[in-house]
Amino acid sequence: MTTGNAANVGIVIVSHSPLVARGIADMVRQMVGDCVPLAWSGGNVRGELGTDAGGILRAIEAAWSDAGVAVFVDLGGAETNSEMAIEMLGAPRSALVAICNAPLVEGAVIAAAEASGGASLAKVVATAEELSP
Amino acid sequence: MQAEPVLVLGLIEACRAVITANTDHLCALDCAIGDGDHGSNMRRGCEAVSAQGAALSNLPLPDAVEKIGMTLVMNVGGAAGPLYGTLLMEIGRELRARDGTEEFPIVLKKAIDAVARRGRSHAGDKTLLDVLYPVQDALAQSSTLIDVARRAELSANLTAAMKAMRGRASYLGDRSIGHVDPGASSCALLTTAICHYFGENHRG
Repeated sequence: MTTGNAANVGIVIVSHSPLVARGIADMVRQMVGDCVPLAWSGGNVRGELGTDAGGILRAIEAAWSDAGVAVFVDLGGAETNSEMAIEMLGAPRSALVAICNAPLVEGAVIAAAEASGGASLAKVVATAEELSP
Repeated sequence: MQAEPVLVLGLIEACRAVITANTDHLCALDCAIGDGDHGSNMRRGCEAVSAQGAALSNLPLPDAVEKIGMTLVMNVGGAAGPLYGTLLMEIGRELRARDGTEEFPIVLKKAIDAVARRGRSHAGDKTLLDVLYPVQDALAQSSTLIDVARRAELSANLTAAMKAMRGRASYLGDRSIGHVDPGASSCALLTTAICHYFGENHRG
């Protein structure tokens, strides 16, 4: 599901729940339209609650932008599996992917809004992370 | 390092068997302080590795170990996949880089340190590291296989007294105390199965 302007930072949503991941991606899409590359990964390899490093890797590739990709995660395993997926992506692309320490819904929406204006990856990440206490 | 097809296949089967026999137990431990799927996640990973057994057993040992690690990453899900996956992938890489010239306890230490970095955890955080480090220590002291297995079991039980600092269990704070960590438990089960396999098939 990579539509959007490839010049803008991409957004990836990772949740233990496929429904949550897809729902947030839908919400982001409705709020910012097609101008950011966007993808999600939710659930384990069987679609049950969990996370899947291979699925996250495919989502990062689907939302790929040469400006970088910001990844939003829910619970611990989502973060660990996302780190694994970023390593599997390999250099030099792995250096252009950042996991944001931000709330999943609010972080993804505000990051996408920032990205839609053409902001850099660092700016997108910083804006999302301002939401964290 | 010589590839030993029978050894690799035997170890895979020993690990799969012990996880299958303890799937419900591991899920029950995880229900208490996590999301209840550690046993089924680990079983799915072991079955995926087992399904590739024939191909894995034809690889040089470092490659086989690394590939087992990647298979676990891709199939276990949860945090256990990347943690066990990192352990095995790093063991494989270290074995290859050193070409068998360095002792296994040193290889294992480097791999465990990689797991600690991956999980941003330390000894005492109530994770599988609380079994891995004692096992590494026992191996470095040339303990017998029986003693290594005992140390693993004892170490897993000791996690009951710890307060979880990482993972889902950490959200429970003090309520995590009194429960054995599921990851530590699966790690002890695997260690014991591997020690028994070597004891029966290679030497005591």
